[in-house]
Amino acid sequence: MEANIAVPSNSKDTWSGGSAKPFGASYGKMMMWFFIVSDALTFSGFLAAYGLTRFKFIDSWPIADEVFTHVPFVHGEFPMIYVAIMTFILIFSSVTMVLAVDAGHQMKKNKVAWYMFATIIGGIIFVGSQAWEWSTFIKGSYGAVKTTDGKVLQFVKDGKQIALADFVTGERTDERVQHTRKNGLWFEKEETISTYSVDQVVNAYKANPAIQVRTEFMNVDTKKKTILSREDGIAELAKTKMVVEGANLHVNEYGNTIFADFFFFITGFHGFHVLSGIIINIIIFFNVILGTYQRRGHYEMVEKVGLYWHFVDLVWVFVFTFFYLV
Amino acid sequence: MAHAHESNTKRIWMVFGILSVITLVEVYLGIIKPEALHLNGPGTSWLNWIFIILTLAKAYGIAWVFMHLEGEKKWFRRCIVWTAVFLIIYLVTLLLIEGEYLYETLSPLVKW
Repeated sequence: MEANIAVPSNSKDTWSGGSAKPFGASYGKMMMWFFIVSDALTFSGFLAAYGLTRFKFIDSWPIADEVFTHVPFVHGEFPMIYVAIMTFILIFSSVTMVLAVDAGHQMKKNKVAWYMFATIIGGIIFVGSQAWEWSTFIKGSYGAVKTTDGKVLQFVKDGKQIALADFVTGERTDERVQHTRKNGLWFEKEETISTYSVDQVVNAYKANPAIQVRTEFMNVDTKKKTILSREDGIAELAKTKMVVEGANLHVNEYGNTIFADFFFFITGFHGFHVLSGIIINIIIFFNVILGTYQRRGHYEMVEKVGLYWHFVDLVWVFVFTFFYLV
Repeated sequence: MAHAHESNTKRIWMVFGILSVITLVEVYLGIIKPEALHLNGPGTSWLNWIFIILTLAKAYGIAWVFMHLEGEKKWFRRCIVWTAVFLIIYLVTLLLIEGEYLYETLSPLVKW
């Protein structure tokens, strides 16, 4: 390391940047800040790309609070509630982190350890919530159909969206069953077959005059998706290619597939940051318990992981706004 | 570090209170979506402006108090904040304008 440093130094702190302290900040803290700045630019690149794509499809973008309406263990529709709870958990874990830093300044080892512990627990709850939200999104809530020209058609009754299971009856007509390895074709696999076949859905629609088709097209002035008349619905349904249940990187029952792509990518990237933050926090937590920083005489390491943890919270504040609110 | 031995606990809890209240307001507005704010406004709706401004307020609270930017040397703070703010505004402006252009070009080609 010495060979890389222009200023000759025999002192022991060469590894941490020498004794020179530009801006009065230590080497480690400064580098953490510069990392955070570059990471902030990465995240803003992703969110700006999300913005570009959203403007590109502004009249057919899914309405976020129709998508994220679930709360664990509770039935019913609660738009935004769970995302708000997640935001609170993360902000609160940010508070316990800064309290740990504060206790570190006062050299109170036990307090630092307890606050770090609370931070780690908060982080784990947050990542768990995100995993739950992903699985709910992947599973989907209503089901829809996709046409040959790539549009997603949903079904409504009295203006409210209803699930395929609520009106589709009977047996599927194409007699398709999922291929499995044990019934032949062991070398092949196929994608999951939807619960209902296309014909079955179309016939159920024709048989039930109360059902209407809702397109992705949004009236920009009223922020409402268009509901088709019965006749237009039949015309649109004639183009149906597949039944969609849930969301993945290729199809999305809630609307534009690229919305799902951005959701998985950006919240996934953020979730990965939270995960690595938890791991780093755990390492520092054990160091605190072992008394490493007490012996060192300062808790700057806690401050540095604290910066990273607050940054993760900072990013979430923006993700929350631009994915769920705006 | 000048702040070495004094405790900031009270301030931290106060900022937490403010951040929580802002989040509550955001979520409340996001759920009820008052019509007057929802459907009109300059550029985007008033509601979106409120969300963006409140978000920036939250970001300020986190960066200044929790990340302790307020205690850093002036020019250290500036090389962090100015760099990020300038580049992000630049990027976002260009990309949003391009997105709107793409919409104007593509939307006449889509039949609903």
